Amino acid sequence: MDQPSVDTIWDWLDQVPDPEIPVISLVDLGIIRDVRWEGDVLNVAVTPTYSGCPATTVIKFDIEAALRDRGIEKLVLTTQLSPPWTTDWLSDKGRAALEKFGIAPPSAKGEPDRCPNCGGTDLERTSQFGSTPCKALWRCRDCLEPFDYFKCI
Amino acid sequence: MADQNALFEFLLRMGDNSLILGHRVSEWCGHAPVLEEDIALANTALDLIGQTQMWLGLAGEVEGKGRTADDLAFLRDAWDFRNLLLCELPNGDFGRTLMRQFLYDAWSSIMLARLIGSSDPRVAEIAAKASKEVAYHVERSGDTVVGLGDGTEESHQRMQAALDYLWPYVGEMFDGDAVDTAMVKAGIAPDPASLREEYDALVGRVLTQATLTNPTDTFHHKGGRTGYMHTEHLGHLLTSMQWLQRAYPGATW
Ligand SMILES: [Zn+2]
Repeated sequence: MDQPSVDTIWDWLDQVPDPEIPVISLVDLGIIRDVRWEGDVLNVAVTPTYSGCPATTVIKFDIEAALRDRGIEKLVLTTQLSPPWTTDWLSDKGRAALEKFGIAPPSAKGEPDRCPNCGGTDLERTSQFGSTPCKALWRCRDCLEPFDYFKCI
Repeated sequence: MADQNALFEFLLRMGDNSLILGHRVSEWCGHAPVLEEDIALANTALDLIGQTQMWLGLAGEVEGKGRTADDLAFLRDAWDFRNLLLCELPNGDFGRTLMRQFLYDAWSSIMLARLIGSSDPRVAEIAAKASKEVAYHVERSGDTVVGLGDGTEESHQRMQAALDYLWPYVGEMFDGDAVDTAMVKAGIAPDPASLREEYDALVGRVLTQATLTNPTDTFHHKGGRTGYMHTEHLGHLLTSMQWLQRAYPGATW
């Protein structure tokens, strides 16, 4: 087959869901740092969100599976630590999808802007850590629903 | 180029701190007083183990004998570990665990901030990644120390007991030896003693807010970071942590 363009590869990766928050793609999450052909070898650099995130292994496996399914044979996956991942790299599409899913997207002020459920702004934090390393637990005092907040780092 | 043996030792110290403390904290999984705390402790442990993978991974690379982070974690015996004694102490009650965490997080946050400026880009890179996580840890452990210290009579008394018990293990963080001298000379890491002032200020601020009294005794235990003499607790911890690799050598997922 012809060598697919780097843009095509990015499109393919944008169809690979994050294993823990499947409503956003790995590209939305901002963890794909580089896609590059070196001769006939495809190089993809991935950065971890949190260094101990157990999803990292699954993510690499998913990337490899998605690319091999589309005929990529020579693939090198590398881990890139620097610059460290930040929530600023979440795409706007990803942020909107998070909120729709019920997870408040990260906000520069370090706390959610509004309740993803009712839009209320009377909020309280119940725990600094949530069901995954990247989230914290919050509660809305308007609708009384608990919700996840994607922490800002 | 820096003395590679000294760099290896330094990296073991960083990695063993996060590995041993991470394992200790993970022992709480399923046992914390409330669900939120259980999740928070598990997440903290996870971050620490993740940082371990980076530090020990680099240590293995620097050593150049083909040992991986897993080899270093699971196939060394107690005398080869270079963690602070503080990290291997048993959890005790929830208050003592959080006090230990705070005393460690405070040091770690200051150390990592300095290491971001390391002359070794690999060290700087790991520190930049880890310091973002540790910023969260110290905020939480500090808040909890204040909440429990300035809490009920019972919680206050337990936190003071925890502080009195753990304080003699704090001084080791600031001890230096030939490894540290080599690291300072190469611009890789700061002189441990140079962290003390910032540490005392940070810890003092939190303890005051927590209405706890800082012990004045300056005696401190040592022997962890040099590997000269660990407490008996480390061997017990390793027995549990390394059991699978010892019983089934080379087992993988
Ligand atoms: Zn609401």
